[in-house]
Amino acid sequence: MTEKIDNPLWMSGNEAIALAAYEAGVKVASGYPGTPSTEILENLSRYEGVYTEWAPNEKVGLEVAIGASFAGVRALATMKHVGLNVAADPLFTASYTGVRGGLVVIVADDPEMHSSQNEQDSRNYAFAAKLPMLEPSDPAEAKELLKLAFAISEEYDTPVLFRITTRIAHVKGVITKGEMLSSLVTPGIEKMPAKFVMLPGNARARRVVVEERMRLLREMAENAPFNVVEAGDSRRGFITSSVSYLYVKASFPDAAVLKLGMCWPLPELMIRDFAKSVDQLYVVEELDPFLELHIRAMGIACHGKDLIPSQGELNTAIVRKAIDPTSVAELFAPVALPMRPPNMCAGCPHRGIFYNLSRMKVFVSGDIGCYTLGFLPPLSAMDSCVCMGASVGIAHGMAKALGDDAKGKVVSVIGDSTFIHTGLSGLINTVYNGSSSLLIILDNRITAMTGQQNNPASGCNIKGEAANAIDLEALCRAVGVKHVDVVNPHDINGCRKVLNKALECDEVSVVIARAPCVLLPEMKKAANIPYRTLVASCTGCMACVRLGCPAISWNPVSPEKAKSLGYKEKQKGFALINEVQCNGCGQCQALCKFDAIVRQEA
Amino acid sequence: MGAQGNILFSGVGGQGILLASEIMAYALLAAGYDAKKSEVHGMAQRGGSVTAQLRYGDKVYSPLIEPGRADIQVAFEMMEAVRYLPYLHKGSTVIVNTQKILPPSVATGQTSYPENVLDHITALGIRVVLVDAFDLAREVGEVRTANVVMVGAVSTFLPMDASVYEGIISARVPARFRDVNLQAFAAGRKVSQ
Repeated sequence: MTEKIDNPLWMSGNEAIALAAYEAGVKVASGYPGTPSTEILENLSRYEGVYTEWAPNEKVGLEVAIGASFAGVRALATMKHVGLNVAADPLFTASYTGVRGGLVVIVADDPEMHSSQNEQDSRNYAFAAKLPMLEPSDPAEAKELLKLAFAISEEYDTPVLFRITTRIAHVKGVITKGEMLSSLVTPGIEKMPAKFVMLPGNARARRVVVEERMRLLREMAENAPFNVVEAGDSRRGFITSSVSYLYVKASFPDAAVLKLGMCWPLPELMIRDFAKSVDQLYVVEELDPFLELHIRAMGIACHGKDLIPSQGELNTAIVRKAIDPTSVAELFAPVALPMRPPNMCAGCPHRGIFYNLSRMKVFVSGDIGCYTLGFLPPLSAMDSCVCMGASVGIAHGMAKALGDDAKGKVVSVIGDSTFIHTGLSGLINTVYNGSSSLLIILDNRITAMTGQQNNPASGCNIKGEAANAIDLEALCRAVGVKHVDVVNPHDINGCRKVLNKALECDEVSVVIARAPCVLLPEMKKAANIPYRTLVASCTGCMACVRLGCPAISWNPVSPEKAKSLGYKEKQKGFALINEVQCNGCGQCQALCKFDAIVRQEA
Repeated sequence: MGAQGNILFSGVGGQGILLASEIMAYALLAAGYDAKKSEVHGMAQRGGSVTAQLRYGDKVYSPLIEPGRADIQVAFEMMEAVRYLPYLHKGSTVIVNTQKILPPSVATGQTSYPENVLDHITALGIRVVLVDAFDLAREVGEVRTANVVMVGAVSTFLPMDASVYEGIISARVPARFRDVNLQAFAAGRKVSQ
C-alpha cells in the first residue's frame, strides 16, 4: 500500500523514510533488498530527482553512496542488519574519510527474527566504527530524524548510522509532509587526498579527526532536540530509545523518561542529571544491553537486562511485567493448533528441484531466499543455511574435509540474486581450489523473498526499465566451470537425470534451474491453464501430495466411502487439486503414474 | 481519555488482510483518531499465518496490541480466529469468516483440521459473529472481495457511518471494481447489523 492521502499522510516507517530522504534532498541512493528495509528504496525510486538503484550487495551499495557523498551530493545506503556485516568494510573506513555531501546509512534490525537468520544489534556498529547513530521510535519521528541526520552528517563531517527495527519499518502511522531541504555543499570533483586516500600516513591523521568529531558529537548530544527528558513521577525513571520508548510510555505513562533519539554517542551529563533525579533508574532497550553497558561504565547504577529480556522483541506487556511483576492480569491460554508455516507458492519452480533433492542422498548446503523454505516438510531438503552466499563455500569446505567420502554427496543451492550478491566469489574459490561439489543456481529472474525486486540477472533496473541481464552460463564458464547445464525445474524427471549426471562429475559442475517466479507480474497476467484431478483414477499413492504444493490437498476416506467411490477398500483417501490455486506448473502430473492428473482443457 | 481500541486482524497470506486493515485505518483516521498499525512482511507471506494489529485512540504509543487487550478480532479463517486467543478478553468480539484453509500438515494428510474449532472461543463466553464472507463475495460477483465483506461486518462495531467506509473504498479500489466492492461492503454490514 503506497497510495497517499493529503496532509496528514498515513505511511509505514519505510514510506516515511523515503519521503524524508526526498525532502532532505538526497540525490543518490543504493542498497540491497532485505526485510524489513526493502520498501525504503522501492518507495524512494518513485520520487522525481533522486537516483536510486539496487546494488548487487550491501557493500557495493554503501560504496556507491560514499562515492556520491565524495562528489558532494546527499547520499543514502539502505540495508538490513546482516547487510551491514557485508558493508562493514567500507563503513569503518568511511568513518575516517568523513563526507562531502551528507551520507546516511540506514540499517533495519529484526528483533524476534521475523524474517532473518539472526537478531544482531546494529548499535554495536556505531560504537565499533566510531559513528553517530540515530534511532527513531515511530514513522513520524523517523521522518523528522532522517532529515536531521543529513544535517549532522555535513556539519560534523561524518557518515551517520540510522537504525530502525521491524516495528518502525513496517508500522504505519500518521505523518506530515515537510519542507524541502538541500545541501550547502557544491557538487563536483574535489581532490582531497589527505581526506579521501586512506593509506597509513593519511589514515593516522584522520584517526585524530575521528576522535575530535566524536568529542564534538558528545557535546552536541547534551543539547540535541532529540534527546529529551519528559518530566514525571520520579520514583521510577526510564532511559530508553527506539520502539522501546513507546512500550515504556504505554506501560508507565506517568513516569519520568529520558528518551534518546541518538543512541551513540551518549549525553553523559544529561544521563547523570536524570539518574540523580529519580529513585530507581531503569534502562529499557531491545536486544543487547547497549545503553546499559555504557551507562554502567559511567558508574551509574541502574536496572536493565537483569529485568528486561535480551532476546526477541519487547512489547508493552513484557516491559510492564519485567518492571512490575504484580501488575499482570491472567490471559486466556493458547490452544494447540496445526501450525501454518510459510510455503513455496503453488507453481513455484524451486519445488521441483527440492523434490528431486529430497529423493537423493545428498547434503544440501542452502542459502538465503524463498528457497530456504525447501527446508520445511514435506520436502525437508535443506541441511544448512548460514548467510547470503555461504552455500557455495560451505559445500566446498565439506568436500575438502571429507575428500572421496563427499563425492557425489554434497550439493549447494543458491538463488540468482544471492549468487550475484556473494555466491560468485565462493564459486571462484571452488574452481580455483578444485572440489567436485555441485552448485545448483535457482534462477527465477527476480529477488523474490523480499517482494519481487529486480537484480542484475533480471534484465530490468529498480524502476523496471531495461538493463543488462547477466548471462549466468557464460559467467560460470568464465570463472572456469567446464560443466554447465540449464534445466527446467518443472520437468522433474528430466531434471533428475541432469542432476544425477552432474553429481557423478569429477570436477565442479553447475546446474542452472531456470523458470520465472510465479509471482512475476507477467506470469500472473499470462493465461493459466490449471491442472485437475480425475478423482476416479486416483489410487491414493500420495506421490503428488509429497510435493507439498498448497494447491494439492489430501482427502481421507473411510473404507465405506472408498468403496462407494469405486476405490479398493484399503485406499485411504485421494488427492485433489484446487483449480483456483493451481498455477499450471505440471510438476504433479509428472509424478502421477496413474494418469489421474490432467490439464483443465482435457 | 476518549474512545480507544485495538483491532487484531488474523488470517492466511493472500486473503487481502492488509487491504482490509488499511480501509479500517483510514476510516478511523477520518473520524479523527490517532492510529498505528503493525504488520510483518516477508516470511509471513507465502501462505503463512498473517496478522495486522490496528490501534486507535487520542494518542497511540505502542504499535503492538498487548495480549488480553484486543477488543475486536477480525479473523479471515476459522482456525486463525483461535490461534490468537491470548490476545482476547471477556468483552472481545470475534468476527469470523467461516472459510477453512488447510495448513500444509492437514493438506498432506498428517493431521486433521480441528473440528468445531470456534468452541474454544465461545466456551469462554466471548461473542463470535460468523460471516460467510466467501459466499457473500461470490454472490456479489467477485470472490476476491471477501476481505471487503469482512470490513462491512466489522464496521457496525465502530462509531463511523457507512458513508465513511464507502468513500474510502471508492477512493482506494480501481474504478472497475468499485461497485462490486461497495456491494461486498454492504453485504458484510448486513450480517452484523
